[in-house]
Amino acid sequence: MAYFRSHVLVSIDPICIDKGAYELIDALHDELVKQGLIDEVQVLETSRIGDPESEGPDLMVYPEGVHYTNLSLEDVPFLVEEHFLKGRIAAQYTREAKEIADKELSAPQAKEMRIVLKNVGEIDPLNIEEYIARDGYMALGKVLTEMTPEETIQEVLESGLRGRGGAGFPTGLKWRFIRDAEGDQKYMICNADEGDPGAFANRSVQEGDPHSVVEGMIIAAYAAGASQGYIYVRAEYPIAVRTMRIAIDQARSFGLLGDNILGSDFSFDLDVRMGAGAFVCGEETALMASIEGKRGEPRPRPPFPAQKGLWHNPSNINNVETFAIVPQIILNGAMWFANIGHEKSTGTKTFSMAGDVKNTGLIEVPFGITLREIIYDVGGGIKEDKKFKAVQTGGPMGGCLPEEFLHLPMDYEALEQAGSILGSGGLVVMDEDTCMVDIARFFMEFTQEESCGKCTPCRIGTRRILEILTRICEGKGKPEDIVTLRLLCEQINENSLCGLGKGAPNPVKSTLDHFLDEYEVHILEKRCPAKICKPLIRFEIIDGPCTGCTLCARNCPVDAIFGERRQTHVIDPDICIKCGICEQICPYDAIEIK
Amino acid sequence: MSTIKSLDDLKKIREEALKKQQIKESSGKTEVIVGMGTVGIAAGARETLKAILETIEKENLSDIIVRQTGNIGLDSYEPIVQVAVSGKDKVSYGKVNPEMAQRIIKEHVVEGEIISEYQIKG
Repeated sequence: MAYFRSHVLVSIDPICIDKGAYELIDALHDELVKQGLIDEVQVLETSRIGDPESEGPDLMVYPEGVHYTNLSLEDVPFLVEEHFLKGRIAAQYTREAKEIADKELSAPQAKEMRIVLKNVGEIDPLNIEEYIARDGYMALGKVLTEMTPEETIQEVLESGLRGRGGAGFPTGLKWRFIRDAEGDQKYMICNADEGDPGAFANRSVQEGDPHSVVEGMIIAAYAAGASQGYIYVRAEYPIAVRTMRIAIDQARSFGLLGDNILGSDFSFDLDVRMGAGAFVCGEETALMASIEGKRGEPRPRPPFPAQKGLWHNPSNINNVETFAIVPQIILNGAMWFANIGHEKSTGTKTFSMAGDVKNTGLIEVPFGITLREIIYDVGGGIKEDKKFKAVQTGGPMGGCLPEEFLHLPMDYEALEQAGSILGSGGLVVMDEDTCMVDIARFFMEFTQEESCGKCTPCRIGTRRILEILTRICEGKGKPEDIVTLRLLCEQINENSLCGLGKGAPNPVKSTLDHFLDEYEVHILEKRCPAKICKPLIRFEIIDGPCTGCTLCARNCPVDAIFGERRQTHVIDPDICIKCGICEQICPYDAIEIK
Repeated sequence: MSTIKSLDDLKKIREEALKKQQIKESSGKTEVIVGMGTVGIAAGARETLKAILETIEKENLSDIIVRQTGNIGLDSYEPIVQVAVSGKDKVSYGKVNPEMAQRIIKEHVVEGEIISEYQIKG
């Protein structure tokens, strides 16, 4: 691959295109050719850079991280000469110096764009005044004084906002359904039952900026005509429960919840309901059953919650993140939001990045960014610079995608086509030392345990899959297992009652599709290439490097290592429990896993 | 605390809150901000916060505001402590244990020397 010393990223969001971004790219290219720099400087297209007020077209130059804006075609020759030939920053075209300093400070998140997380980590979540100082509750004020409920719905609809819980249903449409439904009592519910292992975005929003969720819910309730709301949080999130409760109390004492909010004739109140942490209670019908005090089990739809929800009244459920975005859409306008993102997925999405990636943590990026950009540019690449193997998106019901999918733009449709889901935005990155069969078994163990047991395909099907996968990992797999697995995946997906069962086969199906060779090696050769599945590996001491220091023998918990001092030791495979202590402790790297 | 009865009331409260923030910023007080989300606490932010408060008390320091915030997103660097000396940009320190917290208070907050080896950088 050619080595470029500089990369120019030209923003091609609709506003910049309108202002001539493509012409700018052509002009840059021509000028670089003219000045003989085309082999050193690469011109790339990117999504929106910077803040929505910028004039455009915008471009960023890396590695310096200089942001040029408001460029005309006449400026290009001068800019190329100054910046790339002479190496001086053409200050007259840059954004203010302070903004560049801010960017450097948050260097790991250079590609990030924070809308939901705007205040998280910036304000004191327990102080409503800090939220109000940052335009908090101004959107509510705008809605209550200037907009009708119908206009509010229209605004959210035009913004293209889709449910951030994973299914991606247009939020405005959902609100219209409940508004049009008949009934005197309507409910607005916030799904904060973030159950995916490795997902923590909703928790961070609740802990860091609880008022954005409260404000979003009041606006939604006004649009939908709801008078009571519930935030359903899992009891495993004690800090989130506490911050939400404090936020609700503060909002109530400020008169932002209760009767006649801001002097209008609209009244709404909120309460927190705690869940006991069952994964299935993130499913909307199970969630409502749980709020009602019943067993948390899903029921068939229709009737949909908008017609018959909580206590048989029209109800609407949105995710924490969806509500937290709403005030920003009202404040900045539907078009502002619609211009961020990619095709049918507008705006930004938070992702909880975990696994074998350098910068684990919470990020927020515009839709359309590629998986590669997320993992390598935002996440800093794979730990210990190992090789990337797969990334699992969307929690335990998502698929594992191999390297060929790294170019994929992150949006609802692209991920679904690739056999995975966006889900709640969990991203688990796996390196070359991961056994994909073991990973599939791990996720199946989770869904099998969390299956509520109401419908047969999910209750029994997931158990059968788990049994087969466990067998394969133990080296007892049969060649026909692969066919059986595929059949089970298909049937569970088609026949299950709720999203849990429908999504449960995804990790198995995607690993079968993309890592079939690993299954075959496990079944036919009884080998685990990643050396993870314990029954398929054995520890041996290599003759040469072993000095007979006896360290391993002294530390073996089951006394499986024998040998004389200063002589090569031997591991008895019948006693060895494959705990790996000897390998970690050996100073001469004499232990080999086979 | 007064109830907000109209949009104008809300705007008034916003102005007051902004004014309070400006006074805080121009007062010359230094802000020490500790990330106290679940991740921060799990990584030991409570001990770090305790060490900060103890150091401030022991050294008899005044004009320092210690406050908490949520998770800024850099989980692998928790516990995170941010120091904002008025008028200057925030400096973020990562993986701050109680001993480091002591040093940050003594060297950065008191003497104004940024401890670059603790700083989170790209």
